[in-house]
Amino acid sequence: MRSGNRFSIEFLSSPLRLEVVLQVALFIACYNDTLFPETGKAVVRVLERLGHSVEFPAGQTCCGQMHYNTGYQAEAVPLLERFVAQFEHAEAVVVPSSSCVAMMRDHYPKMAEQIGKPGLTAELEKLLPKVFEFSEFLTKRLGLEDVGACYPHRVTYHASCHGLRNLSLGDGPVRLLKAVRGIDLVEIEGLEQCCGFGGTFAVKNADVSSAMLAEKTVAVLNTKAEACTACDNSCLMHIQGALHRQRTGVKTLHLAEILAGEEGSTI
Amino acid sequence: MAAKAAMGDTQLRQNVRHATDVIQAKRARVVAEMPDWQELREAGRQIRQHTMEHLDYYLQEFEANCTRAGGVVHWATDAEEARRIIVELVKASGSSEVIKIKSMTTEEIELNPALEAVGIHPFETDLAELIIQLGHDRPSHIVVPALHKNRQQIREIFQREMNLSELGEQPQDLADAARIFLREKFLRVKTGVGGANFLIAETGGVCVVESEGNGRMCLTLPETLITVAGIDKVLPRFEDLEVMLQLLPRSATGERMNPYNSIWTGVHPGDGPRAFHVVLMDNARTSVLADAEGRETLHCIRCAACQNACPVYRQTGGHAYGSVYAGPIGAILTPQLQEMHHAQSLPYASSLCGACYEVCPVKINIPEVLIHLRNKVVRQNTAGVAGLFDVEAGVMKAMAMIFRSERRFRAAQRLGRVAEKPLVGKDGWIGWLPGLLGGWTQARDLQEMPKETFRAWWEKRGANGR
Repeated sequence: MRSGNRFSIEFLSSPLRLEVVLQVALFIACYNDTLFPETGKAVVRVLERLGHSVEFPAGQTCCGQMHYNTGYQAEAVPLLERFVAQFEHAEAVVVPSSSCVAMMRDHYPKMAEQIGKPGLTAELEKLLPKVFEFSEFLTKRLGLEDVGACYPHRVTYHASCHGLRNLSLGDGPVRLLKAVRGIDLVEIEGLEQCCGFGGTFAVKNADVSSAMLAEKTVAVLNTKAEACTACDNSCLMHIQGALHRQRTGVKTLHLAEILAGEEGSTI
Repeated sequence: MAAKAAMGDTQLRQNVRHATDVIQAKRARVVAEMPDWQELREAGRQIRQHTMEHLDYYLQEFEANCTRAGGVVHWATDAEEARRIIVELVKASGSSEVIKIKSMTTEEIELNPALEAVGIHPFETDLAELIIQLGHDRPSHIVVPALHKNRQQIREIFQREMNLSELGEQPQDLADAARIFLREKFLRVKTGVGGANFLIAETGGVCVVESEGNGRMCLTLPETLITVAGIDKVLPRFEDLEVMLQLLPRSATGERMNPYNSIWTGVHPGDGPRAFHVVLMDNARTSVLADAEGRETLHCIRCAACQNACPVYRQTGGHAYGSVYAGPIGAILTPQLQEMHHAQSLPYASSLCGACYEVCPVKINIPEVLIHLRNKVVRQNTAGVAGLFDVEAGVMKAMAMIFRSERRFRAAQRLGRVAEKPLVGKDGWIGWLPGLLGGWTQARDLQEMPKETFRAWWEKRGANGR
């Protein structure tokens, strides 16, 4: 592990950026690891294509978001400590899940403070600025828009709430998509409207969640897109669940899988 | 569950969607034209936070200044005491009727039934509240209480309750009917009751903002005026209104300013009411204030922007919340006002999408407070022996145990693939799930787990020399 490299974002945005090779630690997120391995593979492909190397700390499991957001804060604390132990020496941490990054940024510091471990607080202060959501890593850390992807399909982008509001991803993901060769990107109506997933909300308040999802599904179908993409597979799993139930033939896939697309590839 | 019933009412859902879309679009327009909107929000937040940190001081300052100006200040610990004080004051005014200014606080304390129980007839004068009263209904929105009713429904209520042989359904027809009905009350009834948007400590003044002018009628025509306000309504200085009267109308109704802004201070001979009373009510607000993580709930200025922005409210309307204060702010305010004894499902009535926080003019981080209250609910549910049998807690604790070990996590991933097998259809999708997870499959399928986890792929790749 190399350390001591402190490049500014300005420097990284300069034409010299390709000479900076980063050792990227991937935090895959528990549900991606288990349910969406293709997203992880795509992240690795994109980062390696850009010349960076990827490592995968094997002891990683879950960020604790589900527990924390459902009210089981105490259960989330050991998961915070596990994350720090696994990633504290990383040069950069990339997470293909906005909601996990939001959990870390918005709640980890408060949790560390509440359990009264100043050492943990100090570790987080060093670690959190190095943690990036996948699209954010490309646009903000590396200063890139064109990552050399090709995906000749009609696509619509769903802005997940955590990416939109907690991480302020703004038009970053859309700029990445616009630079993809062959893509026919079409904007969805009600971009800022929640799909209704909300973790345990989807089962605890299934009726309301389903109604919210129905509006989102209609919006997706109205775009006539072949695929709906996002920075969060959790939203996509939710949207995909309805798109499949209704036999629409529209698929969902993570932004990384589109950016991993190359000429001649068949994602 | 109340939400389930609301989901089946297609007319209600259409009304709520239409109304919130209209208000949201108006709000977005007038907020976008403010270059310093974010600074204003921050100023609003700071004013509210400062006030709450020194609430005792500002309340006493308000009491002193209001008293000096000729007002009479009463203190009420809870709703029951507030009702008792108001009933006594109305009786003492010698009137068996009151005209009412739109007030959520009087809804909170269920004042109208208490007045009726002693033979005092309250007349709601806010158009929407009049619709609610005549329709024997409850408010479903903080600012637009009859938002769940459309014109045709309102026409039907007016025609029936006002005994009109004919009534059109144009807004003008409905407004004319209400005007004729109310004018006579304004001129006849000698006692007015209402709430307050702000209490100004520095001057002892009370501020009410509204759109129709009917509130102004109630503030100026009666001989006796009674205001009931939560102790959270106080503002330190007159000039704080500069911030609040920009934030509130733009957030609430999408207007640059309210058509009617009334501020009155005590009584003035020959001008307006001859007797003025303020009932300052706690009703659990001090217990909210005592909770460091929940207290920002009291910063609320009741604009309801969060309700209009909320995708849950959009689907269910206000009645599903089973509380006077609906929407995201109701989901955090109601359980706390009931000291976490009731309404425990409300903190879960949110996908935590954050739209409420984004539009809140005083930057109340509603999702954070929701999570805090969820934690309180979990701690209540898992306390004692009964907690041992809480299914959800059992599942959550087991999952936390799994995530604490890489070995257990891998085992759970393997076990998941085995366990789901009987549920997976020929096409590789799950269409039915049992128990707690059944909510998922009521409208969604679930794809079967892939054969290989990411970490298994990664390890194989490493073993293959890449």
